[in-house]
Amino acid sequence: MSDVRAVIIIGSGPAGSTAAVYAARAQLEPLVFEGAVTAGGALMNTTDVENFPGFAEGIMGPQLMENMRAQAVRFGAEIITDDIVSVELEGAVKTVTDGSGNTHQAHAVILATGSGYRELGLDNEKRLSGHGVSWCATCDGFFFRDQDIAVVGGGDSALEEATFLTRFARSVTLIHRRDQLRGSKIMQQRALDNDKITIAWNSQVVDLLGDKKLSGIVLQDTVTGEQRELSVTGLFIAIGHDPRSELLKGQVTLDDEGYVVVDAPGTRTNLTGVFACGDLVDHTYRQAVTAAGTGCAAALDAERYLASLEH
Amino acid sequence: MGATKIVTDASFADDVLMSDKPVVVDFWAEWCGPCKMVAPILEEIAAENDGVVIAKLNVDENPQTAASFGITSIPTMNVYQGGQVVKTIIGAKPKAALLADLAPYL
Repeated sequence: MSDVRAVIIIGSGPAGSTAAVYAARAQLEPLVFEGAVTAGGALMNTTDVENFPGFAEGIMGPQLMENMRAQAVRFGAEIITDDIVSVELEGAVKTVTDGSGNTHQAHAVILATGSGYRELGLDNEKRLSGHGVSWCATCDGFFFRDQDIAVVGGGDSALEEATFLTRFARSVTLIHRRDQLRGSKIMQQRALDNDKITIAWNSQVVDLLGDKKLSGIVLQDTVTGEQRELSVTGLFIAIGHDPRSELLKGQVTLDDEGYVVVDAPGTRTNLTGVFACGDLVDHTYRQAVTAAGTGCAAALDAERYLASLEH
Repeated sequence: MGATKIVTDASFADDVLMSDKPVVVDFWAEWCGPCKMVAPILEEIAAENDGVVIAKLNVDENPQTAASFGITSIPTMNVYQGGQVVKTIIGAKPKAALLADLAPYL
């Protein structure tokens, strides 16, 4: 085991990366676990990010995350491309274990593990995933050229995916369980104006059809209860995210939905020296820029905490 | 041995289907974020295992092979043995999980 670091940051989306930039500039030499296959976080699977301030023409999600990473490295952050698989966060010295079985210790830990996509919870979902059912439009849209497909969800992610997928698909049906969309006005307008997009209002997916690959879905009207079949070869699921807090259960206080409880607007958790930021704590906003904001706050809170230990 | 091998629509039969060793084919594309995450892991596995060939097929440049194996999601890693698909792994996974999935063929 190596020596005890000042601060360990778990996660490398906008929250973890911004925390890394601030902690590095505070000369805390943060050790960042960016994730074995999730480095860069949710923005790695997006295309144009149009609402991150400072990029007048927009920026590609992966490019934005590469820039944040480079910025953190420039100021001395050490980045390990691995997951953290277990944590011991109680006590003055915190211990984390990575996916290769190595342990690392620090006086402070910043949790920025973000969120994972939500599943529909249908029987055939796992079996057909990768065979027509997808959570990544930018990865898989290509395979649905000139086909009829559907997107389920009503927020910005769903609207963005539906609009993106019209580059490939013949038609995109956007399935939403309410009679109005949740996403931002500009994304709504873009989807509504797109000739290839049809919206199935008041509808939810209740069954997935197909043996080896998806051939259709069953929709149920949320008002009348009526069911109908929609013939599609692709279904992209964008119904939201859940915080990735599994690792923290029993140590860090979580709310009923699994979000880490912090003393907002601060980032302190119930455990001394443990701070949390980004989508892991955020029920409400879940934007790249708000995640970056709380990541900054977490680094400043950790810096202050570490300074208090020296007196 | 040691490096990943690039295969194409043209070379697929010779390099993969007729191979004496099991071949793991990583179906990937430049625009796929998770593909980029899994690429260095596959390179490590290639460097550490001589019993298996780790191959990469760019789906953008080689749509025929991807279509004939019904690929609709990337990264997909198919294991071929004796010309047949014997295992399909869909989505990027950490090294330990990939090694566990590939263990029978390494």
